[in-house]
Amino acid sequence: MPETSNATQSTRSDRAAISARSLVKTFGAGENAVHALKNVDIDIRENEFFTLLGPSGCGKTTLLRMIAGFELPTSGTILLDGQEITALPPYKRPVNTVFQSYALFPHMTVAENIGFGLKMLGRPADNVQGRVEKMLALVQLEAMANRRTDQLSGGQQQRVALARALAPEPKVLLLDEPLAALDLKLRKNMQLELKSLQAETGITFVFVTHDQEEALTMSDRIAVMRSGEILQIGAPKDIYERPTHRFVADFIGDINILEGEIAGAGGGTAQVRLKDGTTISARLAEGMAQTGPAAVAIRPEAARIAGQGETADLTGTLENVVYFGAASYLHLRLNSGEEFVLRQPGGLDGHDLSRGARLGIAIQPGRARVLE
Amino acid sequence: MTETSLSAAHREAQARATRTRYGLLAPALIIILAISILPLGITVVYSFLEPGTYGGVVWNFSTDAYVQFLFERDIFDDTLTFDPAYLSIFMRSIGLAFGAMIGTLILGFPTAYFIATKPRNQRNFWLFLITLPFWTNLLIRTYAMLLIIRDEGFVNISLMKLRLIDSPISILYTDTAVFIGLIYSYLPFMVLPLYASLEKLDFRLVEAGYDLYASRWKVLRHVIAPLAKPGIIAGCILVFIPGLGAYITPELLGGGKSLMIGNMIAIQFGSSRNWPFGSAAALILMMLVIIVLLIYAASAGRGRRTHG
Ligand SMILES: Nc1ncnc2c1ncn2[C@@H]1O[C@H](COP(=O)(O)OP(=O)(O)OP(=O)(O)O)[C@@H](O)[C@H]1O
Ligand SMILES: [Mg+2]
Repeated sequence: MPETSNATQSTRSDRAAISARSLVKTFGAGENAVHALKNVDIDIRENEFFTLLGPSGCGKTTLLRMIAGFELPTSGTILLDGQEITALPPYKRPVNTVFQSYALFPHMTVAENIGFGLKMLGRPADNVQGRVEKMLALVQLEAMANRRTDQLSGGQQQRVALARALAPEPKVLLLDEPLAALDLKLRKNMQLELKSLQAETGITFVFVTHDQEEALTMSDRIAVMRSGEILQIGAPKDIYERPTHRFVADFIGDINILEGEIAGAGGGTAQVRLKDGTTISARLAEGMAQTGPAAVAIRPEAARIAGQGETADLTGTLENVVYFGAASYLHLRLNSGEEFVLRQPGGLDGHDLSRGARLGIAIQPGRARVLE
Repeated sequence: MTETSLSAAHREAQARATRTRYGLLAPALIIILAISILPLGITVVYSFLEPGTYGGVVWNFSTDAYVQFLFERDIFDDTLTFDPAYLSIFMRSIGLAFGAMIGTLILGFPTAYFIATKPRNQRNFWLFLITLPFWTNLLIRTYAMLLIIRDEGFVNISLMKLRLIDSPISILYTDTAVFIGLIYSYLPFMVLPLYASLEKLDFRLVEAGYDLYASRWKVLRHVIAPLAKPGIIAGCILVFIPGLGAYITPELLGGGKSLMIGNMIAIQFGSSRNWPFGSAAALILMMLVIIVLLIYAASAGRGRRTHG
């Protein structure tokens, strides 16, 4: 799959911190076998914020647990800094995990929890204490050092889990939906904190979520997964604007997908005849079929109502208008019966927006894309 | 209604509630009195009396029973000399009960852990196997143990057939035999409370331990054991206390050579015909048990406080 490098990545080291090669994980055998991972190849670079995104049950946790060492792959290898670690037990890997349930030790104070990893590594006590104080400051929990963990709020427990995993300075930090249990506001705050923490520490973060918005705002790169496979890996912008797979396009953000057939192609562009008979031009990624049935994806914000005298790419009947202030979402029904949503910025004056009005749709050049 | 009559009615209702409460408590109080306080009271009283020649007691106040525990009274001049015979039986009992406690803990912990980590629907089967010995009388099981470890028993015959030993290892009628017997009898009492606590253990914490560089042994020491502490303490109490007062096991496997407190007390009420001394020994045993329980209560109280 082609990956487009962008400016921020060129400053990063391109060395892989974690690599998976033909990783397969099958639970059970025979008829009841669950293929949690089917031949996954992935390179997670040093110092990047890497996100595994996908619907429930697609194998995100399984992949993370294999990187942590809790699960042995059925076949394939895992490399850390180029060294094979496939069969290494968790306590011998410089990889730490922030568990979804936090898994804080209830019989220890906050400070003891944070210092646990260093203590197990056999660091001298004063060394541990200094590091614990630093971590407490980093997550702003200095006042809570001697509390027991069950006396903390969800957000505070989250921070302790983070500090505990960061204290031993792992090469890679694994986070399995760490924000899932927090309420929306706290979640937004923690997203920013996590992101800045990653930048500050320079540790590679592998983050699991099934929230596409969270993935887009936090990640350097995203791997979109579905039923044990990685469909696309790329920067948030690539994934959002240049989805190569129908599932990816659909899973990330709102998108209109129109069925049609390629009438002609050349120079990275295809003419696609849609079901209602109109033909629109859409970008064709390298290596895609030049003929046959195709789906065209158009983001709502890549389309607007065609102005007077402008040629419309599509025509539809207005069904509904959802007003959001800065912009409005217009729901239209195309002649083919397919729904089309567009995001019209600014005011709505000067357009006939009564229900049933016939409106022309103009698509920004280059923003319609053919999907695999 | 005036205020005074209101409060009078209120007082009346309260008095009725109190009477009802005592009325309902009465059966329980009578049972406690009859089966626990009364026999204990009799034991205390007997321990301060003089022994009758053919058993029973003579109603003369005396602290001889307690003195006799540590000293021997010379029959001619009444002088007291220190005699550690009884004390050594107590020490041996404490040693054997403590050893059995440690032994059952070492054997029981992996067993309980094994059961607790089995899939939920298989655990009952394993627990059933653990409780299976309870279906047979302890006396019979102890005789079975006797048959297994005696010189011509299963163990020795097998070892000799395998040519691992030339002559039988004499275990029967030694402290070792009693020790083995105690471990065998009390193992389920250790496994069950351990299982109850390990079953509640959040195994994600074990994973968190591994993740944070703790090897298997360190996870056991720093994560699993502290979290299973209530079960460990309960199991230790359930083995140590009955072990201290064990009677059947040392009687059959110790063969009168390896006496424990229980046998000694039985002898006082039987062949020795010294009821006051038997009573005193029983009370000293009870004090020991109470001290152990107080230590437990103190440690449990501290645990609860620190857990918030
Ligand atoms: N120990 C196991 N035994 C059997 N099947 C398992 C086991 N662990 C995971 N699976 C199966 O493997 C598949 C992938 O599970 P996984 O937990 O990796 O999904 P996920 O992407 O993390 O989902 P979610 O977003 O719900 O956490 C699922 O179908 C799951 O049922
Ligand atoms: Mg998961």
